[in-house]
Amino acid sequence: MTGYIFRRILQAIPVFMGTTFLIYFMVFAMPGDPIVALFGDKTPNPAVVAQLRAQYHLDQPFIVQYLIYLGGIFRGDFGLSFSGEPVTAILARTFPVTARLAILALLFETFFGILVGLISGLRKGKLFDASSLAVSLVLISLPIFVIAFVGQYVFGVWLGWARTTVGSGAPLQDLILPALVLASVSFAQIVRLTRASVIETSGLDFVRTAYSKGLSSRRVIPVHILRNSLIPVVTYLATDFGVLLVGATITEGIFNVPGVGNTLYQAIIRGEGPTVVSFVTVMVLIYLVVNILVDLFYGLLDPRIRYVK
Amino acid sequence: MSSNFTGPPTDVTTVGGRSGTHYVAPLDETPLVGVDAVKVAEKRSNLWIDAWQDVRRRPMFWISAALILLVALVALFPGIFTQTPPNNNCILGNSNGGPADGHPLGFTKQGCDIYSRIVHGTSTSLSVGFIVIVLTTTLGILFGAFAGFYGGWVDAVLSRLGDIFFSIPYILAAVVIMSVLSQYRSVWSISLAIGVFAWPSTARVLRSEILRVKNADFVMASTALGLSRFKILLKHVLPNSIAPVIVITTISLAGAIVAEASLSFLGVGLGSNIMSWGNDINQAQNDLRSAPQTLILPSIALSVTVFAFISLGEVVRDALDPKARALR
Repeated sequence: MTGYIFRRILQAIPVFMGTTFLIYFMVFAMPGDPIVALFGDKTPNPAVVAQLRAQYHLDQPFIVQYLIYLGGIFRGDFGLSFSGEPVTAILARTFPVTARLAILALLFETFFGILVGLISGLRKGKLFDASSLAVSLVLISLPIFVIAFVGQYVFGVWLGWARTTVGSGAPLQDLILPALVLASVSFAQIVRLTRASVIETSGLDFVRTAYSKGLSSRRVIPVHILRNSLIPVVTYLATDFGVLLVGATITEGIFNVPGVGNTLYQAIIRGEGPTVVSFVTVMVLIYLVVNILVDLFYGLLDPRIRYVK
Repeated sequence: MSSNFTGPPTDVTTVGGRSGTHYVAPLDETPLVGVDAVKVAEKRSNLWIDAWQDVRRRPMFWISAALILLVALVALFPGIFTQTPPNNNCILGNSNGGPADGHPLGFTKQGCDIYSRIVHGTSTSLSVGFIVIVLTTTLGILFGAFAGFYGGWVDAVLSRLGDIFFSIPYILAAVVIMSVLSQYRSVWSISLAIGVFAWPSTARVLRSEILRVKNADFVMASTALGLSRFKILLKHVLPNSIAPVIVITTISLAGAIVAEASLSFLGVGLGSNIMSWGNDINQAQNDLRSAPQTLILPSIALSVTVFAFISLGEVVRDALDPKARALR
């Protein structure tokens, strides 16, 4: 296991270098002057431009710029936001809110997704199965901002069950509607995955053996079928984390949840380039770390993965 | 190959009699039973014919195909569907107004005709979708085919490169690119921004399929016949592993349409001079309480288009993959 952890982290290093390089490259080696772009339509003061150029080390060769930027990341320095606040300070304030929202969404999507998928798979071809497949197809086709607005309108404005925007401090009851919206797309995917997996597992020999030795379905379904059907779902949750991050950006923006995603959303809307880059970098790093953690956890669950490659 | 087979067996059993070492029933003892006739005239079949036979029986295929045809018609010939120009003749007095004579869906905040804006926004969505899939499929096939077929260090380099692009969620990457390219907002630049980071999923799918196909007997046969490695890849391996690429291409087309709408919705997508459903949704979001139809109607157009491509992809996947067929 130690060897596996070591190997997995070693593999992540080139990917980490590559992604940071790409982001850096995208911003600073593109046509157009990033400093001028900062000012939008206005003509900037040359003194300000020179000062900013020095601040972002734009007067140095490209590779030196990148190394300075990389060194900053290693020291936990993601730069300043547009308003002059260190990005790390903003992160410390907003991350707990996003974590709460994401955990709530993950709970919703895994619990309801697996439940609906299991029932669907066990009743393949019946009415429940057909309707859950149809609903999941529709949910997959709806972009997340459409789901967010429809949820806001139906539950917030029309029925009045929830508040359309989240209050300061983000109390848990305000987060339920945004979390449901954030969970909806992955919920649909988990339903389909679980269903397919349950149907496949139900046809295997060990399930027949379990039934033929007299076990009741109350034991066979959770212990034999469900447990063996969950592996693809765990894999999916890891790859889906990127979708969750993008979804969180849009959902937090629409519901005004004071989280990491909303900070990015506001920066995008106001065109605050450097803040956008800092937060995208942070999100990509979170995504990389989560993927490594899931891989390690997965290696713990399934010994075959540790040895193959 | 050395042969142990020297000729017909010497111990010939006479039919009808009892000779040799084992018993053969005489013809009059057991009546002749007709065997299943081999239909020589039966049409030959392959993966694609099978898939077509399967797909044509599914209502979902016809529904999504009809929707796609309709969307394509609207995109190519918007003039057939509406005579009202989308941008001119906007009267602020009609702001957020309901349906009126000649304006079946009412008006936007700027007093423009919603129906006409939806019709004219179709070609933007489809153009972005198609440019993106041309990009992702080209890059995906190049990277996936070489990595999967040649293996070794080629695979290691290409796959790690794909990993790097895969590690940045492509909408976030596009957000960064489009914020940098704020002076160059067009259908082309947004498609490039999405496509450059969306190709690794195609490459991964193709690579794993090629890994499976390249060990097949027909590949060994072509090698034995002296075909070059590159020609084997081009003529035998690639055509036999393209099926999953078609499925993922259909689904990434839907993904690209969603990505364009999301970026335009965030305000970093297309300029306001270009008709786009995402832009219209962005413009309408502040009036959700007073005029929900200005937001809901372009959302419906967007969702129906995405639905058509996703369900087509699903139907085709079911048809091409016998394992998926069993799940129905």
